[in-house]
Amino acid sequence: MIIPLLLLPFATGLLCLVPLKSLRHIMLVLAALANFFLVTTLYLNRENSLIGIWFGADALGFLFLFITAILFVIVTPPVLLYLKDHTDTGHPRLLTEPFFICFFLFFLGAMNTAILSQHTGLFWVAIEATTLTSAPLISYLITNRSLEATWKYLLICSVGIAIAFLGNIALTVSLPVVIPEGDHLLTYTYLTKHATSLNPFWLKIAFAFIFIGYGTKMGLAPMHTWLPDAHSEAPSPVSALLSAALLNCAFLGILRMLIILEKSGMGFYANGLLIAFGITSLFLAGGMILRAFNYKRLLAYSSIEHMGILALSVGAGAASRYGAFLHAINHSLAKCLLFLTAGMILSRQKTKSIKDVQGLLKSDPIIAFFWMAGALAIVGLPPFGTFVSELSIMSGLGQEHHWILLALLLFALALVFLGLFKAVIPMIYGEPTVLTNTKNKISALELTPLLLVLMLVVLGIHIPDQVQNLIVAAVNQMGDM
Amino acid sequence: MLNFLSLIPLILALFFAPLLSGIINKTKAWFAGKTGPNIFQKYKDLYKLMLKGSVYGENTSWLFKAGPIVNLAAVFLALFFLPQGGNVAFISVNGDLFFFIYLLGLGRFFTILAAFDTGSSFEQMGASREAFYSAMTEPVLLLGLSGLGFLSQSMSLSTLYMHVENIPSLANAISSLVFIFGAFFIVMLAENSRIPVDDPTTHLELTMIHEVMILDHSGIDLAFIEYASSLKLWLFGSLTIGLIFRLFFFSFWVQILLFLVGMALIASMIGIVESFFARFKLVKIPYLLITSFVLSALWIIWIIL
Amino acid sequence: MLLVLLATLVLINLYMLGSSRLGSLIRNVGLQAILISSIAILAIPDKHLWHFWVITGLSILIKGILLPKLMKYALRESNTRREVEPYVSYPVSILLGLFFLGACLWISYILPLESISIPPLTLGIALFTICVGIFLIVSRSKAITQTIGYLSMENGIYATSLILSFSQSFIVEMGVLLDIFVGVFVMGILVFHINREFEHIDIHLLSNLKD
Repeated sequence: MIIPLLLLPFATGLLCLVPLKSLRHIMLVLAALANFFLVTTLYLNRENSLIGIWFGADALGFLFLFITAILFVIVTPPVLLYLKDHTDTGHPRLLTEPFFICFFLFFLGAMNTAILSQHTGLFWVAIEATTLTSAPLISYLITNRSLEATWKYLLICSVGIAIAFLGNIALTVSLPVVIPEGDHLLTYTYLTKHATSLNPFWLKIAFAFIFIGYGTKMGLAPMHTWLPDAHSEAPSPVSALLSAALLNCAFLGILRMLIILEKSGMGFYANGLLIAFGITSLFLAGGMILRAFNYKRLLAYSSIEHMGILALSVGAGAASRYGAFLHAINHSLAKCLLFLTAGMILSRQKTKSIKDVQGLLKSDPIIAFFWMAGALAIVGLPPFGTFVSELSIMSGLGQEHHWILLALLLFALALVFLGLFKAVIPMIYGEPTVLTNTKNKISALELTPLLLVLMLVVLGIHIPDQVQNLIVAAVNQMGDM
Repeated sequence: MLNFLSLIPLILALFFAPLLSGIINKTKAWFAGKTGPNIFQKYKDLYKLMLKGSVYGENTSWLFKAGPIVNLAAVFLALFFLPQGGNVAFISVNGDLFFFIYLLGLGRFFTILAAFDTGSSFEQMGASREAFYSAMTEPVLLLGLSGLGFLSQSMSLSTLYMHVENIPSLANAISSLVFIFGAFFIVMLAENSRIPVDDPTTHLELTMIHEVMILDHSGIDLAFIEYASSLKLWLFGSLTIGLIFRLFFFSFWVQILLFLVGMALIASMIGIVESFFARFKLVKIPYLLITSFVLSALWIIWIIL
Repeated sequence: MLLVLLATLVLINLYMLGSSRLGSLIRNVGLQAILISSIAILAIPDKHLWHFWVITGLSILIKGILLPKLMKYALRESNTRREVEPYVSYPVSILLGLFFLGACLWISYILPLESISIPPLTLGIALFTICVGIFLIVSRSKAITQTIGYLSMENGIYATSLILSFSQSFIVEMGVLLDIFVGVFVMGILVFHINREFEHIDIHLLSNLKD
């Protein structure tokens, strides 16, 4: 069941290179749906599935697989609309449309491989593959800004991930005994089981390098410098996936190492790193959001902030980890909603500047609805799920008696609240800058964010049992001593 | 302590030093397809100069007369401390390596002072360049020699260049030798004003470094200076080729013979370098000297590990 | 023999730090890969594994020959001046390189490496290659030099992985090679497009996106 799941995106991606446009689009939609279907089937059979040397779906894996699969389904219609709008405009493009779809599907495949891989080396290869497959997507429309963004993304992430490889090497040195054909020695299950026999000095070095490396990809400050550029210059559906799905995959790498370190007794060291970088990301993002002038960059900094919250809550101890995983789900949904809406705004107003967009409520009410819902969700207000997740993170921090961290978190969230609404409210209310007699038509393909709003509201009112089981299983895997 | 047997290589040095520039010129001429000047031309030049009288400017003081004499005396004294071909030097004291380097510095200092004494701006320009380059070559020399000192646990030049009985790994020794040989070779080119640092045949004022400092000397003073520069070339050449002589030791006379052959080889290597390169642009010369510094630093790192 | 290769590697790294010519930088990064593979062949004790030879051969082929050719092609197509402008001047770069060499050798000597049979000198020089790569990325002003620095860093990481964990699995090694190849390929294409859009490939002029 795992192998078809892995091969499906790559195979469909190659098949999408056919010249027939409608066939390509149908295959993209089918691939997205089939991906979701395969993930569900895998989950339903999870007691029978084995965790092998190379691939395996454990609880953490299922959590992130579901997020990626659902988001990919929701993002596919806007992608199709985007491609339709931007064909034959004469603007220079880096890739032709078949290659865009092919790389898009490869991107999904690389993310699935990363989530499903149980071997540290294979995980590394998959994460680097996600960088390489998503880089051409960012500068699909060639402009100065998109090329610069892609270059920064490619270089900084590649250097960061190369540093993570040094961590992998240090991990190999920390093994007590090395067998020549011992591929199973570097699987997460083996390392977790034998964590106490690993050399602590080398294990610490390994975690430091892996944390910095995958933290670059995750967007933790101060390694975040590529994130605002890449996420703001990419096409909006691609930004949505980058922000909502890819950052989680990088976070998974850090989480798996955290399990090993906690098992071997160095949890204090690892959690300390997570908390420190989490707080830095929070405050840096909070500060930059206050000064935002480009609404897509605003969303990118909000991603950094939420990654900081995730790092902080995971590092703060076992009580706040339930909230962390719930927050991962909610943040992904809300960020995807926001980026898709941003894409809609961009395609109508043709500007990314906050000052130039006003009165969305009058000119495009549906877009204003999505934008307001997204802003409320990302800041953490009821009735959306982020309220519940942030509240449970805070209660977890309180339970662990991290009062200073709690105070810092509240302060940073307040900064973000101020900055975000300072930007969003003028965009929604007021008189529209462009007077339109007819409201711009919303095509049906753009209404998929509605599903996201619904999901967020559901999660905010009552978490369904299936979701609850997913999260609890993930928390148990992390705390499995 | 004094080793009287080492007077023999010393006297040979005094005799053969002017031959080196003849060998260099002959090598250059051979590469250029010409016959070139006589191999004993330097001797004839020295003889000619000694017969002439010196001309002193009216604005010069005793420094101008003293410069060549002190230079020659310093270099001549340095010869006494020089181990040639793996034999010990005439005088060998612990710490004489620093005395050696400072003697050379003293000679250079007085040449520079004599150049300043003339009051001519051309000479001062050349003197300042010379001071700058020697400031960059001294660390290289010191680093290289201290590396040798670390290897042989002593501070006396003779002990540094003496044959080492059992070398732990010959491959290691030879590979590290490449670094230090390169560094010392570049230092030799720089200190003796050879291409690519300075062109000894140019007489355009803006391109001279060493030649311009001695522009105003004549007659017996010039003879002293020319002889002193030949001796200095001999000194640096034996410092460089002596590195190879650390690896083996035959009997005393065989060593001297091999040493003379080695000096001739060094002279022809300089000639080859002079034939293939032109003088570097003045801004590039510091890069060359930094390269030699890097090579000697690598040598230190290599032997410590 | 191993020492000669190591000495040559150190000299090539220092030369790369002080070189201003793009063609020589590209050629030297290929030479680095070939030297490191040769050091691997000489220094790794258990060579009977067939995949070791496959990986080494592919490494020499891809990183030593193919990728330099690719980069030279990208360079030629982008019509840039073949000289690198440094932010840190060349003599300072070389002296810093010496400092890095000393620091890396010191680190490799104080690391607890009882289980490794290869002398710490080799590890120190591998770490030095990584440092040279990172330094080239940071201190030179052309986009293609950043690719060269990235390749040098990957060469050093490959050498470190050979020294510290010479039983790396075949699939992972192939994956790494594939990633590096595709990475440099994509970077080359991007350099080409950057040059077309911006008329140059200077990094410090890539500063439109800022807050």
